[in-house]
Amino acid sequence: MGFTFSYLNGCLAMLLAWGGIGLAGLVRPRSVEFAGRTLFPLGALCGAALAALAVASLAVPAEQTVLPLGLPGLPFHLRRDALSSAFLALLGATSVGVSLFAAGYFRRGEGTAPGLLCLEYHVFLASMGFVMLADDAYAFMVGWECMALSSYFLVTTQHRIPEIRSAGFLYLLVAHVGAISILLGFGVLQGGSWQFTFDAMRSARLDPAWASAAFGLALFGFGAKAGLVPLHVWLPEAHPAAPSPVSALMSGVMLKTAVYGMLRVCFDLVGAPQWWWGLIVLGLGLGSAFYGVIFAAVQTDMKRLLAWSSIENLGVIFAGLGLAIVFRGSNLAPLAALALMATLYHCLNHALMKSILFLGTGAVLHATGERNLGRLGGLIHRMPWIAWLTLVGVLAIAGLPPLNGFVSEWLLLQSFLFAGRVPESFVNMLLPLGAAVVALCTALAGYVMVKFFGVIFLGQPREPTLAQAPDGGILERLGLLWLALGCLALGVLPVQVIAMLEPVTRELLHLPALSWGSRWWLLAPPAAGQASYGPLALFALTLLVVFIALLALRVSIRQRTRRGPAWDCGFARLDPRMQDTAEGFGQPIRHIFEPFFAMHRELPSPFDAAPRYRVAVGDRLWTLLYEPLAGIVRAAADRAARLQQGRIATYLLYSFVTLIVLLALVL
Amino acid sequence: MTPLDITTQLLQVLCALALAPAFLGWVNQCRAWLQNRAAPSVLQPYRGLRKLLIKESVLAENASSLFRFAPYIVFGTMVAAAAIIPSMGTGLPMSLAADGIALVGLLATARVFLSLAAMDVGTAFGTLGARREMMVGFLAEPALLMTLFVAAMISHTTSLPLIAAELTNRAPALYPSLAFTAVAFTMVLLAENARIPVDNPATHLELTMIHEAMLLEYSGRHLALMEWAAALKLFNYACIGFALFLPWGTSREAWGPAGLALAAPLLLLKLALAGGALALIETVSAKLRVFRAPEFLATAFLLAVLGLLVHLLLGD
Repeated sequence: MGFTFSYLNGCLAMLLAWGGIGLAGLVRPRSVEFAGRTLFPLGALCGAALAALAVASLAVPAEQTVLPLGLPGLPFHLRRDALSSAFLALLGATSVGVSLFAAGYFRRGEGTAPGLLCLEYHVFLASMGFVMLADDAYAFMVGWECMALSSYFLVTTQHRIPEIRSAGFLYLLVAHVGAISILLGFGVLQGGSWQFTFDAMRSARLDPAWASAAFGLALFGFGAKAGLVPLHVWLPEAHPAAPSPVSALMSGVMLKTAVYGMLRVCFDLVGAPQWWWGLIVLGLGLGSAFYGVIFAAVQTDMKRLLAWSSIENLGVIFAGLGLAIVFRGSNLAPLAALALMATLYHCLNHALMKSILFLGTGAVLHATGERNLGRLGGLIHRMPWIAWLTLVGVLAIAGLPPLNGFVSEWLLLQSFLFAGRVPESFVNMLLPLGAAVVALCTALAGYVMVKFFGVIFLGQPREPTLAQAPDGGILERLGLLWLALGCLALGVLPVQVIAMLEPVTRELLHLPALSWGSRWWLLAPPAAGQASYGPLALFALTLLVVFIALLALRVSIRQRTRRGPAWDCGFARLDPRMQDTAEGFGQPIRHIFEPFFAMHRELPSPFDAAPRYRVAVGDRLWTLLYEPLAGIVRAAADRAARLQQGRIATYLLYSFVTLIVLLALVL
Repeated sequence: MTPLDITTQLLQVLCALALAPAFLGWVNQCRAWLQNRAAPSVLQPYRGLRKLLIKESVLAENASSLFRFAPYIVFGTMVAAAAIIPSMGTGLPMSLAADGIALVGLLATARVFLSLAAMDVGTAFGTLGARREMMVGFLAEPALLMTLFVAAMISHTTSLPLIAAELTNRAPALYPSLAFTAVAFTMVLLAENARIPVDNPATHLELTMIHEAMLLEYSGRHLALMEWAAALKLFNYACIGFALFLPWGTSREAWGPAGLALAAPLLLLKLALAGGALALIETVSAKLRVFRAPEFLATAFLLAVLGLLVHLLLGD
């Protein structure tokens, strides 16, 4: 068989290399050095190569191939187009930072053996890439299941802890309920041809009702993976349970496979989405964004806080996706391109910045053994590298210029703002209100991030043991540095990034090439009025002012600086316990949005000898939705259990009746 | 980019830097008059800045480098914001680089750094101030954004000079949507600049303070930069208000240097009036309890959203 180079083959080779690296881990399963110093850096190298191949292939026309693998008569069809390339680039680029970090992260004696962990980790990476290349429902579902299972094993790395086992079970359950829904969605999409290749689905002409059914099933399935409210419950359990590099990958990349799936189904397989689908997606997205961010603000566990923040960010991404569907369904292609670009950009941004934050918490967790925000503090002195690199992620996710989070927020707000041309006038009225929700969520994200960074890294150490916390190692720093530089690059060079991503919007919306920037440093989307944004100029101006201020002060006055005890308004004794705790910092949010929380307070009586104040914040959806649902399932199971008598005669009777019924059906 | 544009740009930034403390002094003077007190001179804030600049700076023992660096960043973002708000002229080269949304982003950057610096030393007052500042911010920021959006939807762009130019071109009529947002904007201005009824700029050592609580550990030149940045913030907010609700008299590119000569005294007049109005509001209203501040700000947010709805219902 002649082998010709194509980008598709190149990407596939990288995925296979990941698989090979994973298997190599089994050679010396107990050796941390072998896995950490050799295999994980190799994996990072593969990730870099994959990202380079994917970026280079963005503008290349779609390529297809059929693998001689799979069931007889059902080979795997693969296809790489601009959409796949964009998400492969996301996967590759993020995995570089995470793998480098992971190389220095895993230690001996943490649950699963390092070699096995290396296998699971690389299979997880490869299966995510396989999902993005799949071109038939069969290959897609195989990749999807591999992804779910490998990540399940990674989540339960420390399987001796019962909470982690139950978190893993919940994750597996939701993942499979979602997978069934996706499978059914593909079943509808094939449209009676019984061909499960994506090509057949593209050419199938579904009537609107069936298309909507397929959309609904896909939304449920992919929404469960993305953690849209009310299918989000697994996320705040599974993310904290997993080791930090795995949390970073799950949050940064795996959640994006759901976005990829939605884009694939709505814009490619169905062909022409209907505008009202977009309203549903938009509503769910905005709801998730708001729900996620207010819960993030009241968390006390740092990884749980980040998990809720992921729900928020995926909500924002789905809001952009919904907006794009509304515009596409109303034949407003330039606006759809703007909203879609905001969606894609935010996917990339979130992958990088959420990875930074999860890896940062991982480093803190290793250095201090503490996940509870109430026992951290002042780590900027002991762990300057980790602290400053995490600060980049914090500022980016808070949506502050000139970092990358702001670019996607800007694009999204612009597309909300100039939406007023949708034919349905009530939609015109609703959309700007969506902008209000996005603005509120972004501002709240700033609140959450100040709490996150301030309580962990600033102030005085809340525990004496923190004074011995070591800074991250060289590999951990390198991994974080890569991601932080990515955040900065995506933030200050939006025109170049958008020019790279543009083939995706062109392909999905069948648009001619648009110019997104009036100059190389000035982002000016065609659909956004005459507004423009030039982060580099803004950054340069601010730095110039800072520089002049520094210089002027140095030249003009004799600078004297002295260290002294903190003044604190003259209070004599300063105690670390006087600082705000995580609960204290979240108190205003708890107070303002009280109806959304299920709060359990324990207040001391005035006569308590040892007064204790405790407040626990729970998710109302557990009691309103999941517990009744679980009750129904349990009741149904109890009914079904009555069939089980334990007597062999009864079972023989069942077999006999089944046989009769089947015969009656056949004859 | 013409030489006139560059002149306008430079003049505007220098004006903001020079006038901001005077504007603060003017508000304080008006307030003292209205409250039957002997008024400090308009120049008092300059004297304060000079004093702080020459004094030595005392850093708390466990202050990190973030604490030392934050005043420069806060000051820098405020100056950058002053460069993109069309206070004197609409021909601003820098306004290409940042529209209204980016302006709100810049202000948010300053707020986040201020809050982080306040948490750095780890005192009870610092974290308390940071928490309250972020609480005010997360409601005030979207309200400000909504206010800008109404003006942006009327003029079909988010670029501030284009908004100001478009609103000037229209016949001076009362837009109901802008009336709603003007009220919302005034409330945001009061809250964001630590004025009564949300915060009291004149007190220290009070459990209700917000802004001052964050600056307690600063001294010397760092405090001077923070104070100057706060004055610039008030000045910037006033100029945003002029650009959105009183854009008449802002120099146009077509008017040439004469436009600038007209715009400068008009800006002074607007500032004088705005300062008086601000002092009046502060005199007749009482400080809210901190717990009531979110209600005040939620009202501002809802008013701004209402303005948006009114615009959508009634059209331009």
